[in-house]
Amino acid sequence: MGGSSRIVEVEGLRLAYGIKEVLHGISFAIDRNEIFAVIGPAQSGKTSLLRCLNRTTDFIPSATVSGSIRVDGDDIRRVKDVFGLRRRVGMVAPLPVGLPMSIYDNVAFAPRCSGMTAKRELDDIVERCLTQAALWDEVKDRLSSLGTALSGGQQQRLTIARALSHQPEILCLDEFSIAIDPVTTMRIEDVLKGLRREITIILVTNLVQQARRLADRTMFLWNGEIVELGPSEIVFSDHPADRRTYDYVNGIFG
Amino acid sequence: MASTGPTTQRFARTAQAARSERAQKVAKWVFGAMALAMVAPLIGIVTYLLYRAWPSLGWEFLVDLPRKGMREGGIWPAFVGTLYLVTISLAVAAPIGVLAAIYLNEYARDNWFNRLINLAVINLAGVPSIVHALFGLGAFVYAAQFGFSILSASLTLAIMTLPVIIASTREALASVPRAFREACWNVGATRWQTIRAVVLPNSISGILTGIILQVSRAAGETAPIMFTGAVFYKAVQRGDLFPYRLGDQCMALSMHLYTVSTQVPNVKESIPYATAIVLLGSVLLVNATAIAARVFMRRRKRW
Repeated sequence: MGGSSRIVEVEGLRLAYGIKEVLHGISFAIDRNEIFAVIGPAQSGKTSLLRCLNRTTDFIPSATVSGSIRVDGDDIRRVKDVFGLRRRVGMVAPLPVGLPMSIYDNVAFAPRCSGMTAKRELDDIVERCLTQAALWDEVKDRLSSLGTALSGGQQQRLTIARALSHQPEILCLDEFSIAIDPVTTMRIEDVLKGLRREITIILVTNLVQQARRLADRTMFLWNGEIVELGPSEIVFSDHPADRRTYDYVNGIFG
Repeated sequence: MASTGPTTQRFARTAQAARSERAQKVAKWVFGAMALAMVAPLIGIVTYLLYRAWPSLGWEFLVDLPRKGMREGGIWPAFVGTLYLVTISLAVAAPIGVLAAIYLNEYARDNWFNRLINLAVINLAGVPSIVHALFGLGAFVYAAQFGFSILSASLTLAIMTLPVIIASTREALASVPRAFREACWNVGATRWQTIRAVVLPNSISGILTGIILQVSRAAGETAPIMFTGAVFYKAVQRGDLFPYRLGDQCMALSMHLYTVSTQVPNVKESIPYATAIVLLGSVLLVNATAIAARVFMRRRKRW
């Protein structure tokens, strides 16, 4: 662990798909153990930013990335073990994806991929992660049934449990609530508040209210550029630094 | 809302509704008739074949040798020959085809080289079997010096079925949603771990179906084996399961059917039909097994 309070440092990050540039050289830093929200309209580059963080841009042939991203001091372009990097940066996709295997296997998948085989350790991880994701009580009696057979909200929590199973230092949530109901959303938000004691959370969201409720700091991304980045109290106040932030937050443009 | 009388007219049957209903009925009947028209010839063919073949059909016909210059007796050497050719050709083509398809679908980047491979696969699948036959003759019989043999014929059939196996396997792999793969990559799984845990278990039934459909193709083709290793007549032990070695020539059902139908005068009438029934029956048996396997694995498929 580095001593710095910055866990993610991004400098001059540019990302292009083919000739279309979607991130135009953005720089920011994220503190350890904060909830960092990224808001912005569709096509503003939020999801692309997350893809850069765990280097899943590698899977998009046309993607070219420049600039530097440091996770806990390590430049991610130079990490030898990209799979280890992805385990340090947990990722939850917008639509819940239960893998077509049992609930237990869904959560045990990542630890198994990194070579863990001991039944007892796996049992512990499965129970801990499902508990953290507020799903354990609902599924503890049917761990061998299919992950894909769960309801949408349960699958989303299963996805979160899976992302926690490899003990990430950073958890990225990409619009996790678009496919689930408000009650479940609130339960997951409570879970996130609990998790922040241990890990850093990056929350990409379309729900301005959600960012306001949860985030310590909020970044407003628009067309691949940072319009404003600051403490949530200021970004969501009546007098943010940039007029466009006020307009977006209050639904005047977008 | 202004209503026209005591009973509302809003849900009354309009001329437009009646027209669409008629069109819908006509469409249903036309499509149904076409489906029936497709089944009818199949039943007709099978019934007719069975009827004509009846006098010869029986266990004896299967395990006996052709006698009196193919005018009587059975088809054992041809049956076993076809078994040999199909098994060996698929044993060669299936692993290569499946592994190549996995590479093309899961690993290959979209560059000119892989596009070239794709193009080659598609075009190879469309090459007429007689051209494959000529290729097999040049490549395996002469250049590789395998001679006219089961080996040459099987390899020729393998080359012929390979591109179709690649194409059908890729189809099966591509039917697994990308979201599953991304979910695996996001937790730090390698491509191979992803393929093993998620992609293969959910595409295996489709892959097997594609391979087994090639059984009927390999069993039915005459041209490729005629050029490379199938012969008019070869004596073997009656009922012997392993009469041939790889370097031998062999008889085959498709070739035998051609021979007894057109090349030999005064053949007992039911013999060609019975041969056709055996060919058809074995292929249908294999296909039925494939369907059973598919149903079994489909039940284990999990989304």
